Parts: sequence; C-alpha cells; structure tokens
Amino acid sequence: MQILDLLLCLILFPLVAALFLLVVRRDSVRSLIVQFAAVAIGIVSLVLLILGFDKGTLIYSVASEPVSLVMFIIEIILAVFILYLGIKFRKSLTVLLILLQAGMLVWFETSLAGNLHIANNLFVDQFSIIMALIIGIIGSLICVYAVGYMETYHNRHKEVRDRRSIFFGILFIFLAAMFGLVFSNNLLWVFFFWEITTICSFLLIGYAETEEATNNSFLALSMNLLGGVAFMAAIIYLVLADSSGILLDLNHLLATGKAFALVPAVLICFAGITKAALMPFSSWLVGAMVAPTPVSALLHSSTMVKAGVYIIVRFAPVLSGTTEGLMIALVGGMTFALASFMAISQNNAKKVLAYSTIANLGLIVACAGVGTYNLMWVAILLIIFHAIAKSLLFLCVGTVENRIGSRNIEDMGGLIVRMPKIAIMMFIGMAGMFLAPFGMVISKWAAIEAFITAPFGLIFIAILAFGGSATVFFWSKWMGKIISVMRDQNVIEDTVRKEKWAVLYILTGLVVVVCLIFPLISSVLIEPFVLNIYGHTTRLAQANLTIMIMMLFLLMIMPFSMLLYGKRAQPPALPYMGGRPMNDSMHFAGSIGISRELVLSNYYLEKTFGEERLFMIGVSLCWGLLLIAGILLLGVIL
Amino acid sequence: MIPEPLLPVFYGLVYVLLAPLLGGLIAGIDRKVTARMQGRVGPPILQPFYDVGKLFEKENPVVTVTQNFYVLSYLVFMMVAGALFFSGGDMLLVIFAFTLSHIFIVLGAYASYSPYSHVGAERELLQIIAYEPMIILTAVGMYMVTQSFFVSTIVASSVPIILYLPGIFVGYMIVLTIKLRKSPFDISTSHHAHQEIVKGVTTDFAGPNLGKIEIAHWYEYVFLLGVIWLFFAWNPLLAVAAILVVYFLEILIDNTMSRVKWQLMLRTAWITAGTLGIINLGVLYYLGMVVP
Repeated sequence: MQILDLLLCLILFPLVAALFLLVVRRDSVRSLIVQFAAVAIGIVSLVLLILGFDKGTLIYSVASEPVSLVMFIIEIILAVFILYLGIKFRKSLTVLLILLQAGMLVWFETSLAGNLHIANNLFVDQFSIIMALIIGIIGSLICVYAVGYMETYHNRHKEVRDRRSIFFGILFIFLAAMFGLVFSNNLLWVFFFWEITTICSFLLIGYAETEEATNNSFLALSMNLLGGVAFMAAIIYLVLADSSGILLDLNHLLATGKAFALVPAVLICFAGITKAALMPFSSWLVGAMVAPTPVSALLHSSTMVKAGVYIIVRFAPVLSGTTEGLMIALVGGMTFALASFMAISQNNAKKVLAYSTIANLGLIVACAGVGTYNLMWVAILLIIFHAIAKSLLFLCVGTVENRIGSRNIEDMGGLIVRMPKIAIMMFIGMAGMFLAPFGMVISKWAAIEAFITAPFGLIFIAILAFGGSATVFFWSKWMGKIISVMRDQNVIEDTVRKEKWAVLYILTGLVVVVCLIFPLISSVLIEPFVLNIYGHTTRLAQANLTIMIMMLFLLMIMPFSMLLYGKRAQPPALPYMGGRPMNDSMHFAGSIGISRELVLSNYYLEKTFGEERLFMIGVSLCWGLLLIAGILLLGVIL
Repeated sequence: MIPEPLLPVFYGLVYVLLAPLLGGLIAGIDRKVTARMQGRVGPPILQPFYDVGKLFEKENPVVTVTQNFYVLSYLVFMMVAGALFFSGGDMLLVIFAFTLSHIFIVLGAYASYSPYSHVGAERELLQIIAYEPMIILTAVGMYMVTQSFFVSTIVASSVPIILYLPGIFVGYMIVLTIKLRKSPFDISTSHHAHQEIVKGVTTDFAGPNLGKIEIAHWYEYVFLLGVIWLFFAWNPLLAVAAILVVYFLEILIDNTMSRVKWQLMLRTAWITAGTLGIINLGVLYYLGMVVP
C-alpha cells in the first residue's frame, strides 16, 4: 500500500504545485514553491527507489470508472481548446487531426467503452522507477534552474509577454503527466497522459508568441497529434479484439505475446516515433529550439521524447524478431546516422544538441526495435546516460546564452577564460556524450556487442561505426572552440545566480557519479527488469568495468598535472602566425600595414553534411520504412 | 616465473617500457628506407632518439599552460590504449581509449588558437572520423571469426584470421596510411619536415611537449602494427613477415603518392570501409548463418 501512496503522490503532488504556481504572481513566492516542490519530488522518487527496487513488478487497482470519466472530460475540453487555437491561427492540419482524434475518442467512449472494466490501472517496476528517477531528479532540477533563467530571459526579451505563472504551472503539469505515463498500466490512461505531454510541450514551445514560435509549436502539435491518432487506433483495435478491455492492461497485453500485441505495438511505436522526434518527424524537435532553454532541456532529457522511447522500449519484447520491429529499428538507425551527420553542419549550439538528441533517440529505438535482451539493457542504459548529460549541456548553453547573448558556437571561443566553471561543466557534459570512459561510449560499446549477435545486427553495427565517428567530430570541434585560449578577456560568469550553480553542480556530479555507479544501477534495476521479461540478462565483463573505472580516475587526476607546470611558469608564447608580428589582443600585421584581428572558425562541411540534403534523404527513407511496416501490418490485420 | 593472473599486467608493462624503443627504431628505419628510395644516404637509424633527446633539453614554450596537460594526456592515454591491447584486453575498449588519446592532441592544438594548429586540429578530426569506422569494423571482424573481442583470445586462436578477413585487412591497410601520417593522407600533420600548414596539429608545440608527442607516436606505431599481427596470429613468423611487408608498402606509398584533399581521404576511407569492410563481414555473417 505504501508504494501505491508514493505513486499517487508523484502524480498528484506536482499537480498541486502547478495549481499554486498558476495563481502566484510574486517572484519570490514562486521561486520558493518551485524549490520546495522540486526537492519534495526528488525525495519522493528516491524513496520510491529505496522501497521499490527489490519488489519486482507491482500492480495496483485503483477505482478506474470515476477517474476515466474525469480524464475523458479533460480530453474533450483540451480538444475544444486546441480546435479553437487551430481555427484562430488557421492551422488546417491541426484542426483536421484534432477533429479526427476527438471523433475517435467520442466514438470509442459512446459505443465501445460500455463494457470496459480494467482493474489494474497503476503499476511500478524497475523500468518505471528508473524513469521516475529521471523525471523526479533531472526534471525538477531543470524547473529550479528555470526560475533564474526566466527572470533573465524576460529582462533580455522585453517584447515577450510575461506569462511566467502559466509557464511554471505547465512545467509541473508536464512532470505530473510524465509520472502518470510511466506508472499507468491502463493503456487508456497512458494515452491520456500522452496527450497531456503533447499539449504541454505545445504550450511551452509557443511561449514567446512570436510567429516562429507559434508556427513551430503547431508543427510539434500536429506531428504529435498524428502519433496520438495512431495510439487511439491501437486502443480501438484492442477493444474490438476483446470487448472486456482486458487487453488494455499493459502488462497483460505484453504477456499475451505477438499474436495480439503486434498490431497495437507497431501503432503505438509509430506514436512513439512521432513523440521521440525520429525521422521523418525530427523537424518538430529542431523547431522546438525557439522555446526558452529550460523547456528544451526538459523536452530533451527527462520528458516528452523520453516518453516516446519509454513506450517503444516497453513494447520491445513484442517487436523482437518481427519484420515490423526491424523496420522500426531501421528508422531508428537511419535517424542515428543522419542526425549525427547533420549535427556536423550546425553552428547553432542548441541545434547541435537537438540533432544529437535525435541521434541518440534513434539509437535507443534501434536497440528496442531489434529487441533482444541485451539490446533492451543497452536501451535503458542509453536513456539514463543521455538524460543526465543532455540536461547539463542544455542548461550550460542556456547560461552561456544569457551571458554572451548568442547561442552560436563560433561566439563561444575562449569560454574557458570568460566563464571557466561553465566551460568545464560543458566539457564534462560533452565528454559524457562521446568520450570513453563516460556514459554514452559505454552504451555504444555495449550496443556493438549486443548487435553482433542479433539478427541483422551487422546493418546496425555499420550504422554505429559511421554515425559514431560523426559524433566524435561535432563534439570535439565544439570542445575545441570553448577551450581555445584567447587573451584579454574578462570573467563574466560571476553574475550567475546561486541556485543555478547548484543545479549545474549537481548535474555535473551526476554525469561522473553515474559512470562510476552504473554497474550498481545495472545490477539493481536494469538486470532484474530484463531478466524478468526475457529470462536471461546481460552486463559488461567485470575486467572491463575495472579498467573503465581506472580510466575514469586517471582522467580525473590528469588535470592536476597542470600544477606541476604552474610552478615554473614562463611568460606564455604567442601562437605561431607564420612570422607575422602579432600583439596580445590577437591582432596581427596584415598586408599593406593594416592590423587585422585573428579570427578562427570551425569546419562545418556544409557541402558534405548539409542539413537540407540529408534531411530529404532521411525523410524519404524513413517514410519508406514506415510504409513497409504499415503494409506488413495491414497484412497481419487482414 | 610470473603467476598466471599477473601475466596481462606484465605484458602491459613490457609494452609501456619497450614500445618506445621499438617504435623509435621503426621510425629510424623508416627514415633510412625513405632516404634510400629518394637516392639519399639518410640519417643514422638511431636519429629519432637523438632528436627526441635533444627536444627534452630545450625550453618548453607554450601559448597556454593547458597545452601541457593535453599533451601529457595524449601520451598517457596512448600508453593506456596500447597497454590494454598488449595485455590482451577488449578490442573495443582499446579503440575507445585510442580515440580518447587523439582527442587530447586535437584539443591541445585547438587550445593554442593559432591558424596553423587550428586547421591541423580540424583536419586531424577529419582523419579520426575517416579511420574510426574501419577500425571498429576490424574489431567486429575479429569477433566474427574468433567469437571474442578480447585480444588474448584472438591472438591464441589457431584460425588463420587473414583468410576470413581479406577485405578488412585491405581496409585496415588504407586507414593505416592515415594513422602513420603518410602521404597521400598526411593532411593534418606530416612525419616529414613540414607541409602546407607548417606542422599542422603540432605547430604550437615545441621542446619537451613535442618530444612527448613524438614518443606517443612511437607507442602508436607499435600498437598499430600489433593489430596486423592479429590477422596472422596463428603463425608468428608469417606475422612478422606480414608486418615488414605492410610497413614497406606504406613507405613506398608515402614516397610515390602526393597529398590529397580531405574530401578524397574521407571518401576513400569510408568507401573502403563501406564496401570491402561491410561486404567481408556480410559474407562472414551469411556463412555463419548457413554453416553454424
């Protein structure tokens, strides 16, 4: 009973906080509520971990009829709201999709839902706990960070209407919906929370109310509504198959095996692909960059896209060994490779982060789509590592943007001098994304080892080998930019607020600590979960773990070597300029006596890795793959 | 003599201690053979040691102190990667440590903010992305033949790996040209005196720092040639012969080809990895399914 209370608390408490935040106008009170709520949510999710990690899968029955009715009413109200906005902004596609979805919903409720009785509405297992920790810790840290960020944001952007009450209210509703999503065992409930996250992200992306923001928010909404239609179709299919609604019980459905579950699994995975912004739907996540940075951090690390991959990983056992699953995995794989290539050509920091997120989500879906036991292990590991490193990177970029007024990587030259602490944190975050012995490389490594024994694994290994090397390129050149030392620059980071520092420190610490303790996370949470589903599990070899941890320590002590050189410091030399006279402020004597400033720019290889061309290729390839999956599915249904 | 569990540590230590000697010797022979190909007498075989010895006697001018850290990390992680390899560790882990060490030299070049080292750093990164897929496919190929990523298992295998992986071997030889900084792929820096971007990544390193880079490069030689050994591991004599032949071919290529642009390098490396590498693995995969 105790754990059920925790689950309800995690779903309802952020809602209560959200209600308060919606009415509070004073900054200080808002800040207090956010910090209190964040700490409380973080602690409750940790308590859930402590109490629940060894309990396996727990299923709880909650009175479903009244709750379902409330959910239905909320969904209809939201549909009307979206319809109104869609007509107001003349977005015909959105209007069409919301009408379609609402129509399906009303038809379902009136003619099919009569006999439904689903007893087990809530559940928790190790995977849910992992997701809850990501949402509860990283998500709420981002909310704390957002308080300071939004204040600076509004000081900088006077033209944007100050709607912070709504902003923070939605942030916490978002968290509540995410908790609801990972704890729901009733697919109708999952769908409800799914729609709430769609609408929250829509409202947050459109926060700035500029034309670009509005357009991009509607783009995100339309794509996710399309996913919602597929989700609803899955639910209708399941109820038509068995009118008692027993198949809507997620655990029951997964246990029935491929015969019943394959069709809804593929439909729901399609919804997951839209939500996780894989190609061909990647444009909404890139467009979502117009939102304030904490929103991006939230969408990319702990909510929204993670909801998409969460549901796909849940259905991985059903997909494993099917051609449909292979198609979904290929969509993921293609997305991984192409998004990594596209990131090379970007100089907008947030866009690079966006493409990197899309790539990593693609990799997770590739693992889940093939769906063998060791790949499921990798997928969950990827979710964890990615959430931490990416949230840190977004918040760092947000801080830098607030200070230097630009999110262009070219303007981040010499950040190590101007904002040393932030630069080091970014450095660690990036290392977490692509360098050994940090998280993402551990996952990439495990993925190669897992794909090698999987059916058609060779395709994915090739994708990993090429796409993985592209990630090395775009992260390193960005790293190189921030650590290049230019003279005559001042430290400008001392105005960053205390609670922002606290959030950044915690996240940086998490990047390193999780690398150290991931064997523990694996053995306590991931391995039992995988074992429970497949009957066998996997882990990294002990010898390799030891070496990795030794490497990590070596990496941590290496910077101290600089102390050795500090003692006998010489006046630094000037960089080599081909013999040209040069002064300390990076000016050199150009031809005909003109003094020029030395400006260096990174390679972006537009012609080879240009965004537009690769995007076209990706969209057509992935639509093709989805189409094949759809045709196969039709074959199964008929 | 040495207890069984400590053997890997022993091999690792042997590598750390002896690899620079062997690597330096290889560099010396390389210079001699190159000189003969060009009709010169060439320096004494021990010249690389004299050069590096002299570098360590010099001052250590830096543009920023952090450069020292990057160079030291480059050397240390190169040693780690090689030691892991020679102690029989996991090939993939070796590759990741190897990449890590190269990222450090790239960062060192970026840190100095000179146009020459900057272009060198960008090109070095292009080289990394050009060779990395092929190296990973090499490890995967070894796994497909021996069912293990561990060098200790691969080297103990009695299977003539080369017969199963001819495509991978040719692909590896092509990326070896990139790794040994030889023409036509010596675009980020050259092991010859200089090139069109002065000394590329190493432009802003001098004295002891440059010496460390040189030593790291010797370590790298031995590791890279060690991978060739794995292809012929069932017959050590043949393995030595293969290494000699491959290295001679690399010198010959170096002296007969002119430097290409990065586009052509990337294309060559990726297309060979994508065709020779993948087709080779595909055939193995197919055979593995048909003949279990």
